[in-house]
Amino acid sequence: MTETAAPVLRTRGLARHFGGLAAVKDVSIECRMREVHAVIGPNGAGKTTLINLLSGDLRPSAGSVILGDEDITGLEPHRISKLGVGRSYQKTNVFLPFTAFENCRLAAQSRLKSSMRFFRPALSDQDLNAVAEQALIAVGLDSKGGLAVAALSHGEQRQVEIAMTLATNPRVLLLDEPLAGMGAEESARIVELLKKLASDHAILLVEHDMDAVFAVADVLTVMVNGMVLESGTPEQVRSSRAVQEAYLGTEELLHE
Amino acid sequence: MMANRVRLAVLVAGVAALALLPFFAEKFTMQMITKIMIMAILAMSLDLLLGYTGLVSFGHAAFYGAAGYALALVTPHDQAANFWTSFPLAIAASALLALAIGFFVVRTRGVYFIMVTLAFAQMLFFVFHDTRIAGGSDGIYIDVRPVARIGGWQPFNLDNFAHVYYLALGLMVLVYVFLRVVLRSPFGHAIVGIRVNEHRMQSLGYPTFRYKLACFVIAGAIAGIAGYLSAIQFGAVNPEMMGWHLSAAVMMMVILGGMGTLVGPAIGAAIWMLLELSFQGLPQAGGVDLGKHWQLFMGAFIVLATLFLPNGLIGIVKLLHRGKEGADD
Repeated sequence: MTETAAPVLRTRGLARHFGGLAAVKDVSIECRMREVHAVIGPNGAGKTTLINLLSGDLRPSAGSVILGDEDITGLEPHRISKLGVGRSYQKTNVFLPFTAFENCRLAAQSRLKSSMRFFRPALSDQDLNAVAEQALIAVGLDSKGGLAVAALSHGEQRQVEIAMTLATNPRVLLLDEPLAGMGAEESARIVELLKKLASDHAILLVEHDMDAVFAVADVLTVMVNGMVLESGTPEQVRSSRAVQEAYLGTEELLHE
Repeated sequence: MMANRVRLAVLVAGVAALALLPFFAEKFTMQMITKIMIMAILAMSLDLLLGYTGLVSFGHAAFYGAAGYALALVTPHDQAANFWTSFPLAIAASALLALAIGFFVVRTRGVYFIMVTLAFAQMLFFVFHDTRIAGGSDGIYIDVRPVARIGGWQPFNLDNFAHVYYLALGLMVLVYVFLRVVLRSPFGHAIVGIRVNEHRMQSLGYPTFRYKLACFVIAGAIAGIAGYLSAIQFGAVNPEMMGWHLSAAVMMMVILGGMGTLVGPAIGAAIWMLLELSFQGLPQAGGVDLGKHWQLFMGAFIVLATLFLPNGLIGIVKLLHRGKEGADD
């Protein structure tokens, strides 16, 4: 398959400044189909900013984002989403008053060809209902689909967050700390889900849970101060002197 | 499901009562209720923006007035306009105006949205108030009401107040059903999603600007229906139809009735108009003409209602309902 060879999503010299602060500097990374590309680094390294640049939530100050053959630099988030790039948020970003099911159904509905349908009841579209149901099953929340998200636990809300992203049926997944705030059991389930998703998605994963990262990552990029410090296979990164020197706080974790 | 059926039964009973009323009521009562139903249409259209999409429009009267003026301007001197052409034309005028204004205002958020909708509406108010396009501050009379003739047959006569009453009732029901259908549709679900979390809607792939603009146009067009009816009822239009007093009053009707419920704002319109009427009718007391200071009482009512009924008048029904069944639908 040529898909595995060519990166589906890549950046060239991506940068973003906030005033004088460079949150992301000269980042060039690649995400391939059937690959989990994990981005790690200390707080403030620019990982979330990177995802925001890829998803269109932020416009880059310099550099470019290429999806397939298409330059998507600076496109609005809804256009990037429609092109098959789905993202989840570090800080849960859902529709709290709606049921878990409706959160996912609304996500699935965004894939309708015509975006404006005025007269047919939304809930009568069985295809969309099925997509939403599947997404809930994937994250293990199908038994709570009928509950308002506001009534769910923090960990369950995190699961809804991921299920919504899945329900938009993306090729590329940008996951910003999907495991943050989940219990051990929920985390284990999501790690299994990530492994499964990796078989037919390109995944960019920002995550602090190093066990999870090393369990799923095919490629590992370490960011510090907005820049890429090291990038390669998990083994290469583990043995990198630069990483060991600069990334003292998690040295033990890396050598676990 | 049960609650839905009860709601439907209550609504059907209400409409049936309104349909039978002309057999018992006097002319004044019917004209008052016609006015209320026109305001109910306007309030429901604003509820689409305020209660469902989360767009706090403070210039909604502009679209109401635009349709009225459209009718006045296409009515030839001493002759009747054709209802079947002037009615769609007036609605189209409101919709187009909403499209033009919406294109700019829908880009703004929160308090800025309130400000620019007010600003656009006031600009329009002063265009009609200070120029001679349509009678200036006095407005203009519609000398002869539109005629609804199809070939030789005339299904209704707008010079007959009972016919105007039934036209307003029919259109009010139609607008309600139309909005209910739209709110159940994928579009309807999307706009409520925009109110709850616009950012997430965008990242899910929804071009929210287009959705909000579409809502603004639909609401403007429906406000046009109300404005056209009002112009027919009074046989005249004036700049106050576009003024911020009316925009604010409609907003009050929606909030007092209960935002995001459609029925609430319609009830809010009725309560508002009836209170206005009864406060204006207050007698002299101790040398003070209470009726002349009706706005003071209106203000007191608003304060009390917001203090004790944060979810609007419809909130009372919900409270009672919850008490009875222990859960809502």
